[in-house]
Amino acid sequence: MDRTIRVLVGKPGLDGHDRGAKVIARSFRDAGMEVIYSGLHRTPEELARMAVEEDVDVVACSILSGAHNTLLPRVVECLKKEKGTEELDVLVLAGGIIPAEDVEFLKANGVDEVFGPGTNTQDIVEYTKTNLKR
Amino acid sequence: MFSGYPGGMVLYLHNQIIQGLCERKRAGLARAVTLVENGSEHARHILEEAYRLRGHSKVIGITGSPGVGKSTLVDSLIGAIRERGDSVGVIAVDPSSPFTGGAILGDRVRVRSRTTDNEVFFRSLASRGYLGGLSRHTGDIITLFDAFGFDYVLVETVGTGQSEVDIMRYAHSVLVVMAPGLGDDIQAIKAGILEIGDVFCVNKADHPDADRAVAVLEAMLGLNRQWQWKPPVVKTVASQGKGVVELLGKIDEHLEFLKQNGLLEERVSRSYIAALEDNIRRDTVDRILTEARLDGTLDLVLTQLSQGKTYPAAVAKQLIGKYLCAEESDNQ
Ligand code: B12
Ligand SMILES: Nc1nc2c(ncn2[C@@H]2O[C@H](COP(=O)(O)OP(=O)(O)O)[C@@H](O)[C@H]2O)c(=O)[nH]1
Ligand SMILES: [Mg+2]
Repeated sequence: MDRTIRVLVGKPGLDGHDRGAKVIARSFRDAGMEVIYSGLHRTPEELARMAVEEDVDVVACSILSGAHNTLLPRVVECLKKEKGTEELDVLVLAGGIIPAEDVEFLKANGVDEVFGPGTNTQDIVEYTKTNLKR
Repeated sequence: MFSGYPGGMVLYLHNQIIQGLCERKRAGLARAVTLVENGSEHARHILEEAYRLRGHSKVIGITGSPGVGKSTLVDSLIGAIRERGDSVGVIAVDPSSPFTGGAILGDRVRVRSRTTDNEVFFRSLASRGYLGGLSRHTGDIITLFDAFGFDYVLVETVGTGQSEVDIMRYAHSVLVVMAPGLGDDIQAIKAGILEIGDVFCVNKADHPDADRAVAVLEAMLGLNRQWQWKPPVVKTVASQGKGVVELLGKIDEHLEFLKQNGLLEERVSRSYIAALEDNIRRDTVDRILTEARLDGTLDLVLTQLSQGKTYPAAVAKQLIGKYLCAEESDNQ
């Protein structure tokens, strides 16, 4: 029997766009996962702390503010600090408005995959299920 | 059941987790909750240790209809508790979808302050289909928090279905939250809710109907002359932190009353009975149904039932006799 997958859907930074976050939260739920929604305007430090306390398998950040190159590497850094390891056992995903040319930089900084507007949520769910790190 | 780790790794891990519990490492507590929640066979050792370490925390249950402001209140209670220098763990339970088993746990949206405070720990739980109430492992998870040594453990649960009765079984003190101007007004107080609450809170006191709500509630509580402890009614505006220090004071008064009158032990043993009940029910129901499914008996009796050849109570007796009595020896 499979254990239940837990996901933190996080909204880092000063960004009020929450539709995308809610859409993917519902998709994860409908796929049988337990989704913890952080609420708006969270710092990377807060998101990392939440991820540890909730013991999630996935940290999924939705960001449409343009500040992804600053915030997302910081989320990864904080996760490593909170968990006391360089080898994260959580999958780090991002989505929202992230230009294609930034994806490489984000991936080099610990983000596992990036999903843009119009992505089929079923694809996101499938990717998540097959790429869990524990 | 827990398929995430290879066996040897788990053994290594749960020693670490137990050590984590003892040394108050939050990742250790977080992982321990996961193992217990997943019904992992390896949770046994962790629980053994946790039940040995428990006994310090004041366990407060917080219940009330959706939207009355429980999570907002939790946020300001955390503040009031921390102001005194005490530590606090929060367990927030929301229902799982009965169809997919998934859940959206949104209580953190309202619990905004002190997220990174080292003396605060917050965990969201899904009820995982257990009678629409608390998660069936809630008792054990409260004990993990207690073992971790929090001064207070707050358990927020949606006041629908079975959950307020469930929380009553596990908490030392039960806070019932109401709000004026909601569809289910004080007028329509659910049967039984007056007996469950040790402290009542009329939240959203910034609403014009709040005083009337308090008056009605107090009148209803006044009708019962049997109280050893007459539950106080406190007005709060959780979104502004108003009345929350007083509310915490009333909760403490109630706990002190229990202690002075030797009633705290009663509540603690009530929580043990609840945990026993949950475990017995879980294990026996799971075992009987699994075995009956595997050997085809379940299909057989379902056919008989649909043909009107027997009735559920008779089948239940038969299944209990068949699978439970033979169980003991092969499950060591
Ligand atoms: C609706 C909208 C708003 C609404 C937001 C309502 C709300 N509560 O969400 C309102 C009107 C409030 C708004 C305001 C603003 N907006 Co606006 N807004 C949009 C708009 C038109 C659509 C966004 C949306 O909801 N899409 C629908 C959802 C479902 O799609 P999505 O978020 O992209 O999510 C999908 C994927 O990206 C992915 N996904 C998303 N998150 C995640 C996370 C993970 C982990 C994964 C796996 C996948 C994933 O899955 C989803 C489903 O496919 C976009 C333009 C656009 N076409 O995207 C601009 C846009 C995002 N807004 C923009 C701007 C600038 C603003 C304002 C600053 C405008 C202003 N000057 O005031 C303000 C800022 C508000 C704030 N506080 O942050 C810019 C951002 C520019 C940038 N980042 O470089 C955009 C791109 C418009 C533009 N072309 O300029 N906005
Ligand atoms: N006016 C007012 N609104 C409040 C108060 N407390 C909470 N709320 C709001 O009520 C809504 C539900 O609150 P929440 O804490 O999520 O309720 P819960 O479902 O019982 O946990 C939110 O929009 C809160 O901001 C209060 O004292 N006054
Ligand atoms: Mg709530």
